[in-house]
Amino acid sequence: MDQNQQQDTAHRPVKRKEMTRRQFLSYTLGGAGAFMAGGAILPMIRFAVDPLLQPKQQGNFVKVIEESKVTNEPQQVDFKVHQVDGWYESDPKLQAWITKGDDGTIFALSPICKHLGCTIGKYGKEIPNQYLCPCHGARYDKNGKTLAVAPRSLDEYEVKTDNGWVYLGPLKPNSRVK
Amino acid sequence: MLKGMYNWIDERLDITPMWRDIADHEVPEHVNPAHHFSAFVYCFGGLTFFITVIQILSGMFLTMYYVPDIINAYYSVDYLQHQVAFGQIVRGMHHWGASLVIVMMFLHTLRVFFTGSYKAPREMNWVVGMLIFFVMLGLGFTGYLLPWDNKAYFATKVGLEIAGSVPYLGEYIKILMNGGTIVGAQTLTRFFAIHVFFLPGALLTLLAAHFFMIRKQGISGPL
Repeated sequence: MDQNQQQDTAHRPVKRKEMTRRQFLSYTLGGAGAFMAGGAILPMIRFAVDPLLQPKQQGNFVKVIEESKVTNEPQQVDFKVHQVDGWYESDPKLQAWITKGDDGTIFALSPICKHLGCTIGKYGKEIPNQYLCPCHGARYDKNGKTLAVAPRSLDEYEVKTDNGWVYLGPLKPNSRVK
Repeated sequence: MLKGMYNWIDERLDITPMWRDIADHEVPEHVNPAHHFSAFVYCFGGLTFFITVIQILSGMFLTMYYVPDIINAYYSVDYLQHQVAFGQIVRGMHHWGASLVIVMMFLHTLRVFFTGSYKAPREMNWVVGMLIFFVMLGLGFTGYLLPWDNKAYFATKVGLEIAGSVPYLGEYIKILMNGGTIVGAQTLTRFFAIHVFFLPGALLTLLAAHFFMIRKQGISGPL
């Protein structure tokens, strides 16, 4: 290649379809920057959402009352469950209203109001044959069926009977009310 | 002496134009209560900021004694309020200021609304103001749990039930805010972090944008 030819090549307009050097460098720098930012931020996000991805605690059944003592009238039973809250383990007291239904099955209602989570009062104390929540006046019947204010019926504990004793397990949506 | 120190720094860094730019500006007659007393309504934004500064300062000092732990939180608040000198005053500033800042912000919003100051070209500042409003509500909600007494516990429980009632996403939002399935040890540390670091950071950023825009666009004209 002589001198003239070389100059000719240099003056010919570039018609390549590749990206420019400037574009290439900004993509590379942008990509590396995004990778570094992601490396810093992703661990923090995973750290913050960890409770969402933890497996749910398995509820155990707890012995609460003798089967023969359960009547048609709701009775309050208190029992303790083992609870793990991160680094803090405790045995909080839970409450249930336990009743023998008209069909003869034993069921236990959670006293946590389905409106906003207050604790409902004693059955029939304020209003005959109803549970009343003191916070916003939600009312429920003996089966826990919502009558006013609350959008859903009271939750039920899972019930097991064994050897004359009643055991309560985890909460489930009310199964007695259609 | 002070003058000498100022000059020494100014010679090297030329700081006079900087603070002139911030502090030296005209206050129009229609927003100056010295001219028309009714112009005091224009003070509510500044008062909101004043109380916010007090909240930040008193909050910084409260954390010298407070611990976000379910066993000790209540006792640390009890101690700092009743045993520490001026504890009642410092906690009182934070407690009453929290309500007052909402009141002042509300009055400021009313003033902006009824003077029509939100109109073009100031729409963006209204939007930023609304974001500040929600951040303030968040600060109120998260701060309410920290004393870890009965009122705090049940208010948070109810608040999170409300968050949980959001269609489809509610349960996830609730678990994320709770830091688990119950209002407990992890909720307290979470709310503490949000109250003390995350929301104040967001608040200061938004306030900077708010003030930058008001300075850039000027105070809206008289009615």
